[in-house]
Amino acid sequence: MLAKHRANILKLVSALVVFTAWEIAGRVPVSFAFPTFFESLSAFWALLIDGTMFKAYAETLKPLVIGILISAFFGIGIGLFVGLSRSFDWLVSPIFIVMQTAPLAALIPLLVMAYGIGLTSKVFVVCIMAMPVIVLNTGGAVRNTPVNLIEMGEAFLGSRFQVIMKIILPSAFPIIFAGLRLGVSAGFIGAILSELKITPTGVGDIITYSRSIADYPSMYAAIASIIILAVLFLNVLERIENKLLQGSRKPSALD
Amino acid sequence: MTKSTDNAVTVRNVYKNYGSTEALRDLSLDFPRGQLTSLLGPSGCGKTTLLKIIAGLLPATSGEILVNGEVVKAPGPDRAFVFQDFALMPWASVIRNVAFGLELRGVAKSEREGIAQKYINEVGLTGFEHSFPHELSGGMRQRVGLARALSVDAQVLLMDEPFSAVDEQTRRKFQEDLLGLVKNENKTFIFVTHSIEEAVYVSDQIAILLPRPSRVMEIIRPSGFRHKDVDSIRREPEYLDIVDRIWASLRSYVE
Repeated sequence: MLAKHRANILKLVSALVVFTAWEIAGRVPVSFAFPTFFESLSAFWALLIDGTMFKAYAETLKPLVIGILISAFFGIGIGLFVGLSRSFDWLVSPIFIVMQTAPLAALIPLLVMAYGIGLTSKVFVVCIMAMPVIVLNTGGAVRNTPVNLIEMGEAFLGSRFQVIMKIILPSAFPIIFAGLRLGVSAGFIGAILSELKITPTGVGDIITYSRSIADYPSMYAAIASIIILAVLFLNVLERIENKLLQGSRKPSALD
Repeated sequence: MTKSTDNAVTVRNVYKNYGSTEALRDLSLDFPRGQLTSLLGPSGCGKTTLLKIIAGLLPATSGEILVNGEVVKAPGPDRAFVFQDFALMPWASVIRNVAFGLELRGVAKSEREGIAQKYINEVGLTGFEHSFPHELSGGMRQRVGLARALSVDAQVLLMDEPFSAVDEQTRRKFQEDLLGLVKNENKTFIFVTHSIEEAVYVSDQIAILLPRPSRVMEIIRPSGFRHKDVDSIRREPEYLDIVDRIWASLRSYVE
């Protein structure tokens, strides 16, 4: 009975430790700008009740969802070719490695000059954050398909297309999905970053506005809400992955 | 009948070079129809290379492979492969793995699963149709590999050290089953092994290969005990003599 719920109990304990530390740090106080856990919680509740949070997320989710859909579609497609062809790998991978390491905050003014302060720039930021990890993971997974499985497909008369669709992609699937999860987390960072750096809309607006009027509990509530949403989102992705991957289930620390 | 049609497979003057390394030099060998021929030799003697060239998975540098008198250069429906490390798709159930060769050929699902079921029963895996490879023991996995090769109904079965990754007891059972298969299936078997006892136990013809560069040193045809009961073969004087003789000629090549 206890063993069955062990994972959940430990996760609960982990959350309790963090929240207690937060509450203590807020009461000390570490800084006058650092609210306690309960103050933040009530601010969170207030934002939820008056609908501010929902309106904000309707705004924030736009670039996030568009950016992640674009990144997933093109990222997996490009990653597939990166993994299949050495020359394509050399041609394309450096671009994504540069994208991954570039200081994004410094690039944002350039994006704004090129694409303005609207949705396009924000989608770009999300893509720059999310796409590299998806491309590089997909490429690596495709490249590392067990040679014996490809040989098996050829020996049993599979065409190149069949080998890709029925062997290489399914074999790479778990790692592609892991890349997708990392891409989604990076995309969340990109969405918030773009709202803080380009134009304050959505959740970025709550953060900027609450800070400017020294309403720190609301600011922390907004930040916490992003984390909660990201974890929920990743959880949904993992559920989907487990549904598709009934063959090899593995427990995880994400739910 | 002419002599060439008595052989299901003929290897004619095959050379294989990897860069400047000579893996096979002027190798010629006949594989009589309906019989089991072993390729036996120390490691590095090119027996797996030869088998993969016959399968069409590797190109020969020069020379010809004839299957039923026709030159072949690629995998074909006349040959099926059993892999040393099983080469099962971990994401697919037993029945999908067994039916995979037929799936690649575009056979309709109900038809191919019917055929697969027949061979799953034949190799003794009834009841495991919907298990996944990781739920099976090594011996059972190789039975899946064998059923997959049988279900495409090729005339020639190419087996690359198929029993080397299973435990000794399972291996003995496999060897007995293999004798039954050769007797009942009317297929030509090409069997790579590094075990002298195994080769003598299961073979109608043993080709002893020597390394660097690979060549056929000797062809031995055990005949006296082929019709005997599977349990008494290992006590036959001829069996023991041949094992000794092969070891005497191979020992100088083993460092």
